[in-house]
Amino acid sequence: MSQGNGVRRPRTIIEKVWDQHVVAERAGAPTLLYIDLHLVHEVTSPQAFSGLRERGLKVRRPDLTIGTTDHSIPTHDRSLPILDKVAEAQITQFEKNCRDFGIPFYGPHSNNQGIVHIIGPEQGLTQPGMTVVCGDSHTATHGAFGALAFGIGTSQVEHVLATQCLLQTPSQSYEVRVDGTLKPGVGAKDIILNLISRIGIGGGTGCVFEYTGSAIRALSMEERMTICNMSIEGGARAGLVSPDDTTYQYLAGRHYAPAGPAWERALNFWRQLPSDDGAQFDERIEIDASALEPMITFGTNPGMGIPITSSVPDPSSISDPLERESLGKALRYMDLPAGKPLLGHPVNVVFIGSCTNSRISDLRAAAAIFKGRKVSPKVRVMVVPGSQTVKAQAQAEGLDRIFKEAGADWREAGCSMCIAMNGDQLQPGEYSVSTSNRNFEGRQGKGGRTFLASPLTAAASAVTGVVTDARTLL
Amino acid sequence: MERSNKFTSRLAPLPIDNIDTDQIIPARFLKTISKAGLGDQLFYDWRYDASGKPNPDFILNKPEGRAAHILLAGDNFGCGSSREHAPWALTQYGFRAVISSSFADIFRGNALKNSLLPIVIPLDKLEALFVAVTADPAATVTVDLEQQVLTLPDGSITNFPIDAFAKHCILEGVDELGYILQQQDAISAYEARRPITVNTLA
Ligand code: SF4
Repeated sequence: MSQGNGVRRPRTIIEKVWDQHVVAERAGAPTLLYIDLHLVHEVTSPQAFSGLRERGLKVRRPDLTIGTTDHSIPTHDRSLPILDKVAEAQITQFEKNCRDFGIPFYGPHSNNQGIVHIIGPEQGLTQPGMTVVCGDSHTATHGAFGALAFGIGTSQVEHVLATQCLLQTPSQSYEVRVDGTLKPGVGAKDIILNLISRIGIGGGTGCVFEYTGSAIRALSMEERMTICNMSIEGGARAGLVSPDDTTYQYLAGRHYAPAGPAWERALNFWRQLPSDDGAQFDERIEIDASALEPMITFGTNPGMGIPITSSVPDPSSISDPLERESLGKALRYMDLPAGKPLLGHPVNVVFIGSCTNSRISDLRAAAAIFKGRKVSPKVRVMVVPGSQTVKAQAQAEGLDRIFKEAGADWREAGCSMCIAMNGDQLQPGEYSVSTSNRNFEGRQGKGGRTFLASPLTAAASAVTGVVTDARTLL
Repeated sequence: MERSNKFTSRLAPLPIDNIDTDQIIPARFLKTISKAGLGDQLFYDWRYDASGKPNPDFILNKPEGRAAHILLAGDNFGCGSSREHAPWALTQYGFRAVISSSFADIFRGNALKNSLLPIVIPLDKLEALFVAVTADPAATVTVDLEQQVLTLPDGSITNFPIDAFAKHCILEGVDELGYILQQQDAISAYEARRPITVNTLA
């Protein structure tokens, strides 16, 4: 990709990772792209394994593949049987598929079991410059390491299992530049909810985000994962952060991270990945971190978010008829009055978990609010660690005791009420403050109503029983 | 799946923006390990009330909606999860195309792999189509995939874009996995020059 007179055009990290993974280009077809890491889980893979069996194919690279059980697995005591027979059959079939095809996996009783997007990073599997795919739209989480990571459908899961490749056309690049210093009580979740509220949930369609700027540089890896995780909620299939010392420090010493001389070689390679000065993006947006407030959603898609101190918008103030109707429909579903603040709105359930906010730093933030306080008697609170590793770490730090003493339910790892497939769910009409990533109608249980927010906001609302600005409790 | 490249159908209008995959097929139906039965669960929570009875106001429960093989939907159709269960449910129900002003990326790719055509037309034409089908629920459109032309109820035509390779696969019955498998030599050559990254078996 050089331009005229031998001068190399500055490239984004997105282009660099892409270029390094091109296997073949044929006229009239998309690029054949190599995949470095394929994560599989029980929900989107069964039909792909069936396809392999029908064709008599093997998994080409089980050594670049890893499985976990997360979506339909219960979060109650793992020594108890799974009551939902359909879910149990799915998990059993998944374990059989992994065994039959030689894929390593973390079953329900593994010490490493957890949400697919939590385990990749924590095991050191996700590394800068990789292509990472999973039959799951939140695969963008792994972009926090400077990997090109995106969700795929089950047909493509089958393609990757069989060939370790995908046919892909390049996306546009979209720079999300966040500069400035966050105010206390404002965090990564607020940055991403703010972005999505500005560009809308289709705003990044056809694009890959690169998050840049001083505010992104100042974030920990876990916070960067929270942001990249929700790229899909802005319509972008992938979102990434160019790697830096924060990335390398996080990776050093992890189970699958390179060690010894391989570590030095990897570092040399990783350091060439960040976007070049002067690299051109197809789209750009700038966000001033210092102006951000804690964010919360009021509607039925993640773009319907507001600063927690402001009011729910009024449909009558919107001129576009389809947009006005969408907002009106959302407020009817949520049973919320237009023009009123959300602060003080009663809450039935608080869910702290999901691949967006179930890492140790999220649990520490929530525990800081719960410490020495009690959960409101009107609220059911579930704290669900993202993995068994996170769970063990939290228990080593005594966070589980803080949650339990406050009256919250401390669970086993899994997706849980983020997607409500496993029995953890809202009842019709209930309101939750949830640290997950989607507030679609029925996402947390048929008829349930979701306010998406940060772990701080969720914990504060659990304590007071109403939507609360955590800064009043800090 | 056999798909002729030209067909005429009524439209089932769903004038809602951002219809997400949790509405198309709610997550609780994803515990299946096969593709069977998903058509019955399409739009389940809009289609049926709490007791499981058909909701008479929902378009697929009205005679004019039942006769349609094309879904007419608001902007950004198919946003949300990567579940291919969404196009499986739509095609099993009998839909052959969805017309909207835009589609979410993953859904669009998944739809094409199942010969479900994601047809993008400009917003003004989409709005006109909603008006036309409201005025006359029996109005039809004709989809010509080969020519990438949509003939609207008033007889006017509009072109639509479609991924060239996906179109080729649908029209010629090319199996994408088979196509990739033909390139095993290139894949092996790439692997030979590729540095080792991780080994999940280690
Ligand atoms: S936690 Fe939620 S969003 Fe994340 S992988 Fe699980 S179901 Fe998907």
